[in-house]
Amino acid sequence: MPDLGLDVLFKGKNFARLLGGLGIALRISVIAILVSVVLGTVLGVLRQRENLILKAFMRLYLEVIRIMPQLVLLFLVYFGTTRSFGWDLSGETASVIVFSLWGTAEMSDLVRGALSSIPGHQYESAAALGLKKTQVYLYVVLPQAVRRLIPLSINLITRMIKTTSLVLMIGVVEILKVAQQIIEANRMNSPNAAFGVYLTVFVLYFLVCWPISVLAGKLEKRWG
Amino acid sequence: MGVRPVPGIVLEISHLHKAYGQNTVIEDLSLTVREGEVIVIVGPSGCGKSTLLRCINALESNQGGEVRLHGEPVLKGSKNLPEIRQKIGMVFQNYELFPHMTVLDNIMLAPVKAQGRKKSEVREEALALLKRVGLETKANSFPRQLSGGQKQRTAIVRALCMHPDILLFDEVTAALDPEMVREVLEVILDLANQGKTMLVVTHEMQFARAIADWVVFLDDGRICEEGTPEEFFDHPKTERAKKFLNTFTFERKARQPKTI
Amino acid sequence: MDWEFISTNIPLYREAAVLTVKIGFAGILVAILLGLLCEIIVYCRIPVLRRAVAVYIELSRNTPLLIQLFFIYYGLPKIGIRTDAQACGVAGLAFLGGSYMAEAFRSGVEAVGAAQEESAYSLGLSRMQTIRYVILPQAFAISAPAFVANVIFLLKETSVFSAVSLMDLMFTAKDLIGLYYNTTESLALLVVFYLLILLPVSLLGSVLERRLRYAGFGT
Repeated sequence: MPDLGLDVLFKGKNFARLLGGLGIALRISVIAILVSVVLGTVLGVLRQRENLILKAFMRLYLEVIRIMPQLVLLFLVYFGTTRSFGWDLSGETASVIVFSLWGTAEMSDLVRGALSSIPGHQYESAAALGLKKTQVYLYVVLPQAVRRLIPLSINLITRMIKTTSLVLMIGVVEILKVAQQIIEANRMNSPNAAFGVYLTVFVLYFLVCWPISVLAGKLEKRWG
Repeated sequence: MGVRPVPGIVLEISHLHKAYGQNTVIEDLSLTVREGEVIVIVGPSGCGKSTLLRCINALESNQGGEVRLHGEPVLKGSKNLPEIRQKIGMVFQNYELFPHMTVLDNIMLAPVKAQGRKKSEVREEALALLKRVGLETKANSFPRQLSGGQKQRTAIVRALCMHPDILLFDEVTAALDPEMVREVLEVILDLANQGKTMLVVTHEMQFARAIADWVVFLDDGRICEEGTPEEFFDHPKTERAKKFLNTFTFERKARQPKTI
Repeated sequence: MDWEFISTNIPLYREAAVLTVKIGFAGILVAILLGLLCEIIVYCRIPVLRRAVAVYIELSRNTPLLIQLFFIYYGLPKIGIRTDAQACGVAGLAFLGGSYMAEAFRSGVEAVGAAQEESAYSLGLSRMQTIRYVILPQAFAISAPAFVANVIFLLKETSVFSAVSLMDLMFTAKDLIGLYYNTTESLALLVVFYLLILLPVSLLGSVLERRLRYAGFGT
């Protein structure tokens, strides 16, 4: 059995420190997800309106956010705002801003897609039964739209969690940074720590994202 | 009893048994189709008519009995199944043309690729067949540009061009708008007049009567009654057949004169 | 804007962009092959391998590329599997992208439907002929938009390559910011060069999607 460098994890508080690092990454995700779901839903509903200016603005916002790698957006907000506006954002704040901006854009698109996926004759047949406009939405459109929306937004959540790993690159001390520190500190007595520790990080991320993906898949199958 | 002609046997189904899990769809069914014969299969929905056709083509595996085409067993998973299927033409309810190919390419695909015939020869035949069903101008159209009736006529030509020993029609007018039913049925009638061997599943009773040499009434996966069209439609023997035929006629109770 | 700074450093960015594109497309190419292989294994229901594909897809889809790269570049050498930075980039991108490509192919094949397969079989086409002439041409066309979306997604993901010390666009930008504090110019160049890579692919994607919608596949 070769030395897999797993022993490092059981030294001192190393494993707890790793989990703490994961906690920081997850905290950023959770805040960004909450903001995105709320703002994204509002914007997505607004995009149904026939307001050309709003539509053009939303389109521009979505395209700009989407075409850029998230890491570039992080750089722009983290390094760019310091230079241009003199703000001194912490890495964590910059990350929350970027992931919220991105998540909101994606979420609004999901909401818009779910609403417009309900065929016109659903509105018509509900109206033909004599339902009022609010009743049409409440009893016919929303239940169908929500079923379409929920699996997709859960998928967005896993994407956001995975993307938070990028905050390492703007100096946030999260799970990968902690992993690096642990490996560095044990370079002498456990030279193979890189294997065990990075494998653990890999598995931890998997354990967070996988159940969420499974849930999304199940809901999609049930409601698809 | 009508007299059934007895030339050579094309298709022989013996003691066929088909079930999905616990659910038996076809039970101990035997049927023989002879050269040049048109057999029409009728029956209520869910009686197993479509499944029977699919079993003949081995699109479905069966749980007992066998199907033989000119004496050769048709078996799901057997090596020579593609060759046998080339001799069985099948036309589906939803046409199932290949949407990425033109009408002509749809027709030419199997004769060229599966039978290895010469392209020029197949093209000539395909165009002649298209002309006969009134589609000579549509050879280079894509399926999406055709009406339902035109698609179904194309599908029939596609099956014909393989020179099959027998043609299977699976409710080929069920998905069509009423005004297009006739154009498709006339093509099939024309084929019957040319002496093609056919097995037709249909809900069009008028048509069944006109085209059939022999009518088979299927109920609950068994042959419940069979006979010439005159016997079956005018003098059904079994209660179930009578009840089934009754579903095609409508009556309204005598109207009460409206009182003011 | 310090235009002189920009013009002196354009060659640096150009070189980095070439590297990004090179490794990006190499990784995507391997990802496509891997995805196709996975889909064929699943479609043909090859016993054991099918399980392996399922496990791979879950692992690949539920972990970030950055961590996959760290594991490949820093972790694997400890058990004797050594890769240079470029090969690591290609391998990481392929590991991530293979599952996404497999999903794109799978949804394409599923959209073609069993009835088309039966229609081909009933004409006497063999299994291979059916796959080649009937299933694949339609599946490729149907999955084209998802396919292009994956290409864009993977090209964007290449931005983390600097973590394994590949001198890509991000690396160059960060380097210049650290060295000269010309943040605005460095970031502007970064954005422009990414747009040069991503915009053409994105445009191609929307053209494809529109054409496919008009083609009206299905009935």
